[in-house]
Amino acid sequence: MLSDLQYIGLFLALSPIFPAAPIIIQWILSPKKPNAIKNSTYECGIEAVGDSWVQFKVQYYIYALIFVVFDVEAVFLFPIAAAYGQLSLFAIGATALFIILLADGLAYAWAKGALEWI
Amino acid sequence: MCVDSENVLCTLDFGPILRSLFPNASPALAEALVDIISIITVSTFCLLIVIFLIWLERKVIARMQDRIGPNRVGGRFGLGQTVADVAKLLTKEFVTPYGADKAAYNIAPFLIVMTALLMWAVMPFTANMVGVDLNIGLFYILSISSVSVVCLLLAGWGSNNKYALLGAFRSVAQLVSYEVPMVISLLVPIILARTMSLNGIAEAQVIPYLFVVPVSALIFYISALAETGRTPFDLLEAESEIVAGFHVEYGGMKFGMFFLAEFVSTLFMSALFATIYLGGYRFMIWEALIGPTPAILELVMFFVKMFAVYFVFIWVRATFPRVRIDQMLNFNWKFLVPLVLVLILSTALVDGLFVGQDETSAWHFWRIVAHLGFNLLIGSGALIWARRNAAARGVAKPEESMRVQAGALVEGADPHGHDDHGHHDDHHGQTAAVPAHD
Repeated sequence: MLSDLQYIGLFLALSPIFPAAPIIIQWILSPKKPNAIKNSTYECGIEAVGDSWVQFKVQYYIYALIFVVFDVEAVFLFPIAAAYGQLSLFAIGATALFIILLADGLAYAWAKGALEWI
Repeated sequence: MCVDSENVLCTLDFGPILRSLFPNASPALAEALVDIISIITVSTFCLLIVIFLIWLERKVIARMQDRIGPNRVGGRFGLGQTVADVAKLLTKEFVTPYGADKAAYNIAPFLIVMTALLMWAVMPFTANMVGVDLNIGLFYILSISSVSVVCLLLAGWGSNNKYALLGAFRSVAQLVSYEVPMVISLLVPIILARTMSLNGIAEAQVIPYLFVVPVSALIFYISALAETGRTPFDLLEAESEIVAGFHVEYGGMKFGMFFLAEFVSTLFMSALFATIYLGGYRFMIWEALIGPTPAILELVMFFVKMFAVYFVFIWVRATFPRVRIDQMLNFNWKFLVPLVLVLILSTALVDGLFVGQDETSAWHFWRIVAHLGFNLLIGSGALIWARRNAAARGVAKPEESMRVQAGALVEGADPHGHDDHGHHDDHHGQTAAVPAHD
């Protein structure tokens, strides 16, 4: 197991080389003549109006919240699925109850209209 | 067929050969050097094959749309087109927009390529040609692939551009939503194989899981389309709405890195689908006929399956139009997620009947039949439910709306004609197709 993680660690340490190589080559080859017009923010060819960090819909937060619930659930389900053959009936029942409760949460969000894109 | 087990073509196990290159190094150092060689090989392969993939995609889509596609640069088939594009990207000036968050803007292209490459660490090309056979392989892949959301948000936020920020919001909503059905549909093959290791899942298949749990495979495929931002779900870079989404302010090779990461992760999703649902490097039923296969043929088999799935990705891109953001989110949360929850519960129920019995061939047969039957039942039930739902919401059936449009063209001389037919009245069937004149 340690040598497995060693491989992942080595991969993580080496992987920045691959995007870095073309970017460094470009940095060497490319012209460097910045000016104010060139560096301005793109917005349909006219000058940008106001701040770029605009307000956004509250809907994104709601989807993110529902996602967190389901993804945390999945983390718990993975080991249960891998050990499915060795589980007691009680464990399987508890897991099924767990999934049904989460489905109930989704149904609640649905009924409340949290899944509507307004 | 492969009696000589010392032959390297029979095993493709390069470990001993590579280790013999460093006779004077200590075992730990030699191991690390072998690891480094394999990492560089896999990564270079992924980066170089993208040049071919871009050419393939342009050529195949061109053929599907009755065009010729690239045919000038590099010979008759335009094979040099992508090389020329890369050369152009390499000579572009770096333009960093005013007010950009320098750290976020510059880290994002690095991070997205790193995540796309790191996933290949656990992919088994053949039984022995695998970076590392982690016992939590699928879990590792899912955790690494979630990082790409952070890269897109960094890129969109760091660019100081409204389009980029809108694209980043969309991409977060999309990637985060479609991760739920993807993660849960992958639980189904784990229940069947009782392991999270990719080698283990490939070895556990008697017939490809595509024919055992087709609904799970379909849900995974749709989610993979959305996770990689491919065409029906390419809202994150919708050219006609938000120009290019999160990477609108990037140029040259920094833009190239986003492009490259998209292709590498699409190819990875094809490889993952091929391994989990098609048996990866294995020959499945032919193994019974021809005995153990040489590893070089297994490698060929893996590539054939991977590119077959990749071809379907291209095919989908040439076929489907882009969906709206509310359609995309509704389809996920109101169809895929409930469906996948029902699927995981029923799979656990069906598989529970087969726990603790002898794994004879009859056991395998009845297990496959039970899973396939339940999957077909759930899949057709979901389709019927979706059609009813669509009818209740007044969405016309495809064939009817086509007839309505054809009718409107014929009756188009009437300037006061109903311009909204086809959107309602579809439960009256025929009446909707014949617009009443006033």
